[in-house]
Amino acid sequence: MRHLLNYMITRILLAIPMVFIMVTLIFVVLRVMPGDPVSAMLGGHAPQRVIDARKLALGLDKPITVQYVEYLGQLVRLDLGNSMVFNEKVSTPIIEKLPATIELTVFGLLVSLGLGIPLGAYAARRRRTGRDFGIRLYANVVYCIPVFWMGLLLQLVFGVFLSWFPVSGRTSPRVDVSTFSHTGFYIIDTLRIGSLAAFGDVMWHLVLPAVTLGIVLSGIFVRLTRANMLDVLKSDYILAARARGIPERRVVYNHGLRNALIPIVTMLGLQFALLLAGAILTESTFSWPGMGRLLLERIYLRDYPVIQGVIIVYTLFVSAVSLVVDLLYAVIDPRVKY
Amino acid sequence: MSSQPQRPPLQAARFSPAGWLASFVRWFSRSRKTYRSEWWIMIAGLLVIALIVAMTLFPHLFTHYNPLDQNAGGQMTAPSAQHIMGTDNLSRDVWARVVYGAQTILGVAIAAALLSAIIGIPLGLLSGFAGGVFDRVLSLIMDSMYSFPGLILAIAFAAMLGPGVINITLAVAVVYIPTYFRLVRGQTLSIKEEVYVEAAHAIGARRGTILGRYIFPNVIATVVVILSLNIADAIMTEAALSYIGLGLPAGIPDWGMDLSMGKKFLPSGVWWMITFPGLMIMLLALGFTMLGEGLAEILNPRLLER
Repeated sequence: MRHLLNYMITRILLAIPMVFIMVTLIFVVLRVMPGDPVSAMLGGHAPQRVIDARKLALGLDKPITVQYVEYLGQLVRLDLGNSMVFNEKVSTPIIEKLPATIELTVFGLLVSLGLGIPLGAYAARRRRTGRDFGIRLYANVVYCIPVFWMGLLLQLVFGVFLSWFPVSGRTSPRVDVSTFSHTGFYIIDTLRIGSLAAFGDVMWHLVLPAVTLGIVLSGIFVRLTRANMLDVLKSDYILAARARGIPERRVVYNHGLRNALIPIVTMLGLQFALLLAGAILTESTFSWPGMGRLLLERIYLRDYPVIQGVIIVYTLFVSAVSLVVDLLYAVIDPRVKY
Repeated sequence: MSSQPQRPPLQAARFSPAGWLASFVRWFSRSRKTYRSEWWIMIAGLLVIALIVAMTLFPHLFTHYNPLDQNAGGQMTAPSAQHIMGTDNLSRDVWARVVYGAQTILGVAIAAALLSAIIGIPLGLLSGFAGGVFDRVLSLIMDSMYSFPGLILAIAFAAMLGPGVINITLAVAVVYIPTYFRLVRGQTLSIKEEVYVEAAHAIGARRGTILGRYIFPNVIATVVVILSLNIADAIMTEAALSYIGLGLPAGIPDWGMDLSMGKKFLPSGVWWMITFPGLMIMLLALGFTMLGEGLAEILNPRLLER
């Protein structure tokens, strides 16, 4: 128990420099690199006087190091600053959009795990057969499909040609979001007010984006599961289980898969970064009002504080997930030491 | 006459392209027998790449339409004998845009992968070889970048740099520096402990010599494999950036941009504008993935987990 506690504390402390480095990198990219936010925003013909006044108001006239320290100070107080384009705090649109992204990524992850793990385990069981080859081919092909193209194809087939699923947004126009929107997680909100019709509508809109994201990422999980299963199936306790005459199916799925899943948990943190990147493209394809669309919208508007804020929230999101995953792993597997 | 001593068998010359070719062919046929399925995967990948490279080099052989010609045919006509992939909303030939678009994406992806290799490999070598605080700090930075979603980083760079072929190449390249850094650093750390490196130390070789002549050649083999997989990834990143409109100025045919254009007309059932450019992105990425995986399996079976 002491070890576990020590590990947890070390791991949490290690997350801090990671976040700090990313914040610094983003600051450098957005503020130090060529391109002046204010003149870019006001257009090339704004008089110098207007530009200077604007810079003064935004605190951009100070030396870059001072700006950096001030920004860090703000961040420590969990303040992301104000938008340059709209009269709002940076955190306002982020808090509004974050739940949509979380809903999408969680369901995308569920779909990819649900597809990837069984397929990978099955391929390992039938190693070096036609089916194994087919599943590996699926994994490779799917990995090479651009997320947005997958989304467009699904939209075309299931949205336009078959009209089974809606192709954009989180709800239909007839569903009045304001009656239930409380946490921003529509699935939770609709269940909370007990409106099954609204819940169904929300889930209906979630199907195509989540499946898009899930299919594309399932390739990775197929490969991970298959590789881990092959290692596990070589181990002595599998031999022992077989020797005791336990049916092959049970040996593979109960004894084998459970142990093969442990390393997959560790990889989940890294895969989550891929998932978020995929979510940006999926959001853009399905007009899903999440963080990714917010980021792209504000890039077109050149609203730098919001761009910076969104990227920092992404950073926090990724570090939080990888932190949780690592801690979870330490709990599952007592051999982990730091 | 016969008293003349027999000449010794020919020694391999130091510079002999023919000899290299022969040994390559020998290696090739040997690995073909040992690794049958991997060999076929590699060949399939190579064929796809060769086809698309041919498109970039000799686009005229593939189409006689100009990708920018707005009078190629009717507006958004379905695939027909005249326009095998139909025409887009500006009456341009989709197949011509597919053929000419290959130049953009392939050029950007290869340049970006090479650029990040050129930056990442020396950093990894130095970091692994030198150790100490330098290594720690650099590793922490690279690990942070690696664990962060690469696309978001690329988006930030592309947004700041603005559209343009050079800029998009830089934005994509930044993302993959940590990949090479981590790989090369890990390899350097293990090779550093090898006996032959110790021997080199013992005979008084300078540090630069050890790094350049003893460690680097042993690291580079794995880099080749990663390079191919990396190009596949860079292809997807480039396509993503231009799909969301951060990539290239209008006027350069590009698959990602064509996809975002096609998206607008998707509700009216214009399937050909999105199907073909996307298919090409997938094929190209798949080609490099298959080449990389085949190579990895043959050169170093333990590099990728099966």
